[in-house]
This record gives sequence, C-alpha cells and structure tokens, in this order.
Amino acid sequence: MHGRPRKPLKEEDESVLSAKAEKLRLLQSQFLANHQNRIYSKEALDLSAKLLENNPECYTAWNYRKLAVQHNLSQSDSDSIPSLYDQELKLVENALRKNFKSYGAWHHRKWVLSKGHSSIDHEMRLLNGFQKADPRNFHAWNYRRFVTDLMKRSDEDELKYTEEVIGENFSNYSAWHNRSAILSNLLKRKAEGFSHKEKVLQEEYEHVRNAIFTDPDDQSGWFYHLWLIDQTVKNDAPLLVSSWPSHGSTITLNGNGNKCLHGLSLLNSTLSDTTTLPIILYFNQAVEGINSSTVAVKSEILKEDLVWKPLSANNSSTAQVWVVYLKLGDMELQLSKTYSIEITIGHSTGIVSSNGYHYGDPSRIAFELCVQIAHTQPVEGQYRKLTSWKDSDFQKINHFEESNSVASTDHHIPTTSNWCREAIDEEITNYQDLLLDCKIGKLTLARLLTALNLLSPQHDKRKNHTDEVLKLYTELMKLDPTHSLYYKDEHSLVLLQQITSSEESLLPHCHYYKDATETNTGYVCLRLQNLSLSRIGSIKNLLWVQMLDLSHNELRSIEGLEAMQLLSCLNLSHNKLGSFTALGPLRSLKSLRVLNISYNELGSHSIDTRRYLCSSPLAHTEVFAWDRFEILCSGYSATKFWEAFLIFESLNLTDLNITGNAVADENFTSFIVKVLPTLKYLNDGEL
Amino acid sequence: MGELATDKHVRYILSVEKKKDSFESVVMEHLRMNGAYWGLTALDIMGKLDTVDVNEVVSWIMSWGFGGNVGHDPHILYTLSAVQVLALFNKLDVVDVDKVTTYIVSLQNEDGSFSGDIWGEVDTRFSYIAICCVSILHRLDRINVEKAVKYIISCKNMDGGFGCTPGGESHAGQIFCCVGALAITGSLDLVDKDLLGWWLCERQVKSGGLNGRPEKLPDVCYSWWVLSSLIMIDRVHWISKEKLIKFILDCQDTEKGGISDRPDDAVDVFHTYFGVAGLSLLEYPGLKPIDPAYALPVDVVDRIFFSK
Repeated sequence: MHGRPRKPLKEEDESVLSAKAEKLRLLQSQFLANHQNRIYSKEALDLSAKLLENNPECYTAWNYRKLAVQHNLSQSDSDSIPSLYDQELKLVENALRKNFKSYGAWHHRKWVLSKGHSSIDHEMRLLNGFQKADPRNFHAWNYRRFVTDLMKRSDEDELKYTEEVIGENFSNYSAWHNRSAILSNLLKRKAEGFSHKEKVLQEEYEHVRNAIFTDPDDQSGWFYHLWLIDQTVKNDAPLLVSSWPSHGSTITLNGNGNKCLHGLSLLNSTLSDTTTLPIILYFNQAVEGINSSTVAVKSEILKEDLVWKPLSANNSSTAQVWVVYLKLGDMELQLSKTYSIEITIGHSTGIVSSNGYHYGDPSRIAFELCVQIAHTQPVEGQYRKLTSWKDSDFQKINHFEESNSVASTDHHIPTTSNWCREAIDEEITNYQDLLLDCKIGKLTLARLLTALNLLSPQHDKRKNHTDEVLKLYTELMKLDPTHSLYYKDEHSLVLLQQITSSEESLLPHCHYYKDATETNTGYVCLRLQNLSLSRIGSIKNLLWVQMLDLSHNELRSIEGLEAMQLLSCLNLSHNKLGSFTALGPLRSLKSLRVLNISYNELGSHSIDTRRYLCSSPLAHTEVFAWDRFEILCSGYSATKFWEAFLIFESLNLTDLNITGNAVADENFTSFIVKVLPTLKYLNDGEL
Repeated sequence: MGELATDKHVRYILSVEKKKDSFESVVMEHLRMNGAYWGLTALDIMGKLDTVDVNEVVSWIMSWGFGGNVGHDPHILYTLSAVQVLALFNKLDVVDVDKVTTYIVSLQNEDGSFSGDIWGEVDTRFSYIAICCVSILHRLDRINVEKAVKYIISCKNMDGGFGCTPGGESHAGQIFCCVGALAITGSLDLVDKDLLGWWLCERQVKSGGLNGRPEKLPDVCYSWWVLSSLIMIDRVHWISKEKLIKFILDCQDTEKGGISDRPDDAVDVFHTYFGVAGLSLLEYPGLKPIDPAYALPVDVVDRIFFSK
C-alpha cells in the first residue's frame, strides 16, 4: 500500500471496508464467470466496467473487454463501430482517474488506438490534462511517445513541448530525459536546424545551467549536464589508444644455447621461459571484428594467420582490449638477429563499436624483435624460490634504461576541434565562479577539468588540472559522506592517471627487484602500494608491467587488470577484495605465477558484488567443468567451492599467499592445493 | 533504531495468507501468485520456510494455468513467480518445462522484446521475466538471447538507466529488470557501470531511504530495485549501507509485524518482502543471502546451477 497511513481502523470504517470488500468480491466472481462462459451481453459488459472502475488493476477484465469488442464488432454494422471504441476510451479514462498508474488501462487505450480509433487532438488534450495533474507520471510520458509516434507528430514539436514544461517548472526530470532522447534523434539525423552540433550544445548548456543554478540541490538537470559533457568530448569512432609492444620499440629476447636456440625469455623478465609473446591492442571503447583481415601483421617470422582474442570478463566477442600470442617456439628465431613486425589496423572495414560506429583513423604500429645471447643461464625452475615483497628487496631506480622497456603511453590522441575545448572552457568559468560551495558545483567542475585534460594533449597543463581535480574529490568526500566512496573511486582513477601519464611521473614508483640469490637480474617492479587506491585505472599505460605491487590499498575490484598480459608477479595483499569472483580478470593472465592475496576479505561477505561480472554458468558465459572438478576435487561440494574452482583452475601459479582471509581454513587449503597442481609455495611455506 | 522484528514479520506474512476476505486481499486477488512469491521468499530469507505446508502450495500452483490466480488469464508476470516458488521448495521437477518454455518462447517478438501475454503489451519487465524464467529451467537457449539483449540495450538512456520501451524514462524498477536480464545473459559489459552507478547511488535521500527516480520520495521497495542493481554492477559501496538499514528498520510495524513503504505507513506483503530482501542484500545479520539477479536465496540459485 503506497502512502497510506498506518493507523488502526475505527470500527465503523472497518465495517464500511468489509462491505466494500464483499461487494468487490461479488463483482469479481460474477465477472470471472462471465469471462469463462464468454458472455458479452450489455449487462455483462456493464459489470466488467464497474469492476474496472473500482479496481483498474484487474488485468483479466481488460482482456475480457478486448474479447468483447472483437465479439461485438463481428455482430454490429459499421455505423456502430466508433461508438464501441468510444465506450472503451471512456472506460479507460474513468479507470485512470481511479488509478493513474494502471498498466492495464494504459495498454487498453493503446490497443484501441492501434485499431485506428481516436484522433491526435483528442489524445493530446487528454494527455495534457493528465500531465498537468502529474508532470512526472512515466505512464503518461510513455503513452505520449506512443501517440506522437503513431500519429506522426514531429520531433521538433515534441522538443518544444519539453521546453514549455521545463519553462513552467525546471524540476521535471521526465522532461529533461525526453529532451535528451529527442535531441539525440535530431542530431543523429542532422535535421534542419540541428546540423551544427556545437550550436545546439551551446544552447543546451545555457538552458540546463539556468536549472542547476536556480536550485543546485535539485537533481533534475544534473544528469543532463553530464550527458552534454559526454556529447562534447566523446569520440564516437573506435580508435587505438595504446598497444604493447608500442610503436617504435625494440623487444629483446634472451636466447640460450649455441647453435640451436632454446629457452627464450624476455629481457629482464620475471619469467625464465617465454614460449609465447603477447601483442596487446587497447582501444578507446569496446570493439568487435578484430581479425586477420582487419588487422594485418606483417613479418618474415610469421607463418600463418594470427588469431586475435578479445579480453573481456564475460567471454563476449566485443572487448576494449584484444590480444594475440606469437608462438616463439615455432618461429625458428636466430641469435643476434633483428626481426621487424608491422601491424596495420583499420585499413579495411570490419572493426565496429557496440554503438555501430566504424574504426576511425587507420593506424600503424611497427616494432622490432631481437634475440641476444643470455648473459646467464636461467636457473632451472626459478620459482623454487619464494617471492618476497619486503621493502628491502626493492631498489629505487634513478633513471630508466632503454632495456627497462617501460613503454610509456602511445599518443594516439585524436584531434578534436576547437569548439569542444572552448565549450568546456566556458563551462569551467561559469562553474568556477558560482557554485563552488555546493556538491554539484564541485563535482561538475571536477568533471569539466577532467574533460579538458582529455582534450588538451599538453602534459604540464594536465598536471595542474589533475591536482585541482584531486583536491575537489577530496573535498567532496567530506562534503557528502553518504557517497564518499564514489568520490574516492574517482579520486583513485585521477591519481593513477597522474602517476602513469609520463615516464617521469612513473619513475618514483618503479623499483628494481633484487632477488635474494641472484644479484645480476634486475627487473622492474611497479610499486603502487599504500596509495589509498580504491580502484585501478589507466591500465592502457601499464601494459609493459611484469611485476606489480598493489598492496596496502583499498581495492574492491581489479577490473581492467586482464589487459596486463605480461604480468607474472602480483601483490594484492591488504586490500578489500571480497570474493573469488573479484579475481576474475586474473583468469586471462597466462603468465601469472606469483600471487599474494593475503589479508583481504575473501569469505567475509555473504553478498558477492562481482558474481555477475565474472564469467560463470550463472551468467551463461561458460559451462561448469564438471569433469575437471571431479578429477581434481572429488569429495568437495561444487555449490560451496565453485567460485574458487572457476578462478584458480585456469591459473598456473607456483606461489600463492592467501592467509588472513576468512575463507582460508584448513579445508580450503587442502582444496586449493588440489586445484593448483603447479603450486610450490602456499602462504610462504614450501609444499 | 530497533532490530529486525523477524518473528513478528513471519507471523504477519502467515496471517495475510489467512485474511482472504480483507479489502486488500480482494483488490490483489488477481496477483496472488506474486503475493505467494513475495511472502514465501521473505520467509525463506528469514529461515522460516518450514512453517509452510509445501504440498498445499505445490498443489495450488499445479492447479493454476499461468494466471495470477485460478480463473485469471495467463500472463508472464505470474509464470515467473510460480517457477520461483517451486524453486524455493526444490520442486522444479513438477514443472512441465516444455509447456512453460513454449509459452515464454511464444511471447518473444521479432525485435527481441517480449510481450506480457497474447494482447501484446511490450515492456522490458517482460524481457527480464522471460530470461529469468527460462534460465531457471535451463532453457535459455530456446529464446533468441542475442535479439533479447539488443532490445534491452535499445532502451538505454542518457543517464545510463533503462526504461520500459525505447525512449522510456529510467526508473529503478525497470533498471533492475534490464540489468538483471543482462546479468543472467552475461552481458553486463554493455552497461555503463559508472554512469548508471552514479544515477543509482544518487537515489539515496537524506533519510537514508532510496527513491526510484530523481526528486521522488523514498520507498522501501527501492531497497530492492536500486540495491540489487548496484550490487550487480559492483557499485553498492557508493551508498551508505548504515543509513539505508536504519530507514528500512524504521519502516517496520514493530507491534503487528510487516514493513511499509515509508515510516508509519500501512504495511503489506510486497514491502515486507522488499524490506527483508533489501536487508539481506545489506548483509544484515541472521538473514540468508539473496541473489541480486534471480531474486531467490543464493543457496537456491547455487543449487539450480551447481548441483549435478
């Protein structure tokens, strides 16, 4: 019962109500009898009308009315047809007066209209009355869209209507919503007067600014404004934003053996044996259609077409990141030789975004692969040693060497026209002056500055803005504690953007990992520990990372990490990961050997917020591997262990630390050892 | 703030079943199947499903013909409730799976959308119901999933939310349906999680309660629609759980049991279920966890998908 006060009924009310109940029940049972016996007499129709006027929600009665119309149509002459339909329209009106939100009543009216009855003037008159009484009723708005569509009222007229409604009272989210839908349509088909997006958007900014400034706490204009920013900065066409290897880079492989080459590994790699080398393409949005005809890879070492794989959490054929694995073992590479590889993307059509836009500018990536003789023989089974994450095992880097292969950002920044920057600049000026003491003012300013960062390619300029944005989000956390973790997530994203934006900004976070026994290997570890990060981002700038320390943050998810295909050692200890499904991105990391997930919240939560963001039988993205489950873990209950099985079954870990989680009891430990036969160390102990 | 008056709510739910003559019961007679689902799921979450006579419920369901109650016309709304109730009792084996599936398949339209019944009302609510229902019956492959997903995406709005039909305004109930359907079909990558998450988290108003659209009053039922959506897209930490728990508990009738839409309003089974389910999603102690997509207890869902 919506909005009815909870108070005990007086005795007389109770008797009135019970009499009403009795009457309604009688009506209902008489009606059901008529319906069952297909009686469509005038008396029967009157009875159903009475029922619907009292209880418009009784859907079967609406169905009965339609059957009755169909029945009576077949029995009457053409003159009386209009009055038959009129009767239905009248009934709907009466029912709506009783309950404005009755789905059945509104649909009945649509049904009558779809038979070609009524007129646009009549319906608009009725609607205007209803919409005045309740300007937010979404049934009426839906019906309005139905009528205007059916009776071909123009988009321009309907856009004007939203203007009128908003003019009367800007606090009408329904009208703003409808405006965005109509405007999208007009812009998309470049209707007369709507072919200059910049002009249209400029007017809209002003329009919504009036609303927001009138009452900054009223949400009606908030989302519309964010939509305008998006319309200003976004690139519809898919584009490549980053890759590994990056354009112009040289990838050095260590080779062993004299005449015959074996045991290839990436220079300064944490892995002693590299059999495959990934090529990663990172786009600005999810795309489909990456294959050997849309992406050409030219090199003398390639013998066959490559098969590109989308990296998505849910096995979809659309993804923002695509990967292909070069099988080095099959390539007969020779020592001291350099091979060039050239990738061209988008020269033939086929790469399409989920919104149906085709790939923008064709792009090209060229890099070299060279094989050198290894200085040292790799130690057999390097992972017999435990990986330690102690500070003393890391050494600061003063400057990068070429061999560090810290591939920084690829600058595939699309050229934007001036008006975008001007529009954002103007908005910044407006919001800077007027709204800095309120939540939406600060948030909007933070978003505008972030948008400006996207549009202006200069780094030093970007840095200043970033500091300001970080400050705004910090203030927002205090100003609006209810949503503080939303601002914290945004803060984390901006912080990572700042850290990863250049080699210079990355340097303080890069360390050599000093192996306890081998002093001459020095691979770079990216240490992003203790930064209070609640979320990760800017992965496109981190595709080169092989060893990553994200410990002592507040991470709840590692969404996006699947793109880091070179990753072999990962420290996620002391975070807030709450379920195994949160580790879903790790399933795509073929090179991952060392994983520390100690001191998280695995097993502490009854509700799993990653349950449907991880590929699983629940989401129908994969079939449960019963055969493997029974081979590896017979005796364990699948209903209890399916999440852990799903994640770890596909990994080849040698070193896992899972202590300090509620889930890590003895039973679980014995289970995990069975699922991970490659494991040599568990929780810092040798197995 | 009090505690959840579990015993009183259990008693209230059981008493509603007996008060068939009250005015509310008569008004809602046509949707008794939904009522059964709300009441019984709430009981199960509170660990009290065993207070109900299984055979009585099952035989009542078996006498029904896809309608909201005996004598009423078939509709997809009630089909799902019936299947969900049977799932609660682990009695899915009594379902004529082919018959139910054929009925649902017959309601899918050329554009991928679903009608609610033969009279052709189209709504993304029905997309969810169809997808959820055939999934529980392990028959998702019988419908055209690709088209169904495409239709749902065509209802996506500038705020990241979803409406009833293309162009329809975002509404938390509708968002649950669309996000739930996308979750079950493994298509959540098509949701703008940050954009939608912001819209959803801004549904929390000062009192701690959630509303269903901007500038509307809070209502306990949105504790389900908004929360489950936020959980499915992993953005539930963007609201204050403590404040919402307090709001729901404030809506209890601590004397007679039951939960209402807002504090001091009249209680009903619908809001009692959504209040209890919301608290379950908020990890309130002593309640069974509920699955945000299938709207059934997690153990029931895991039993459907992970027992051989």
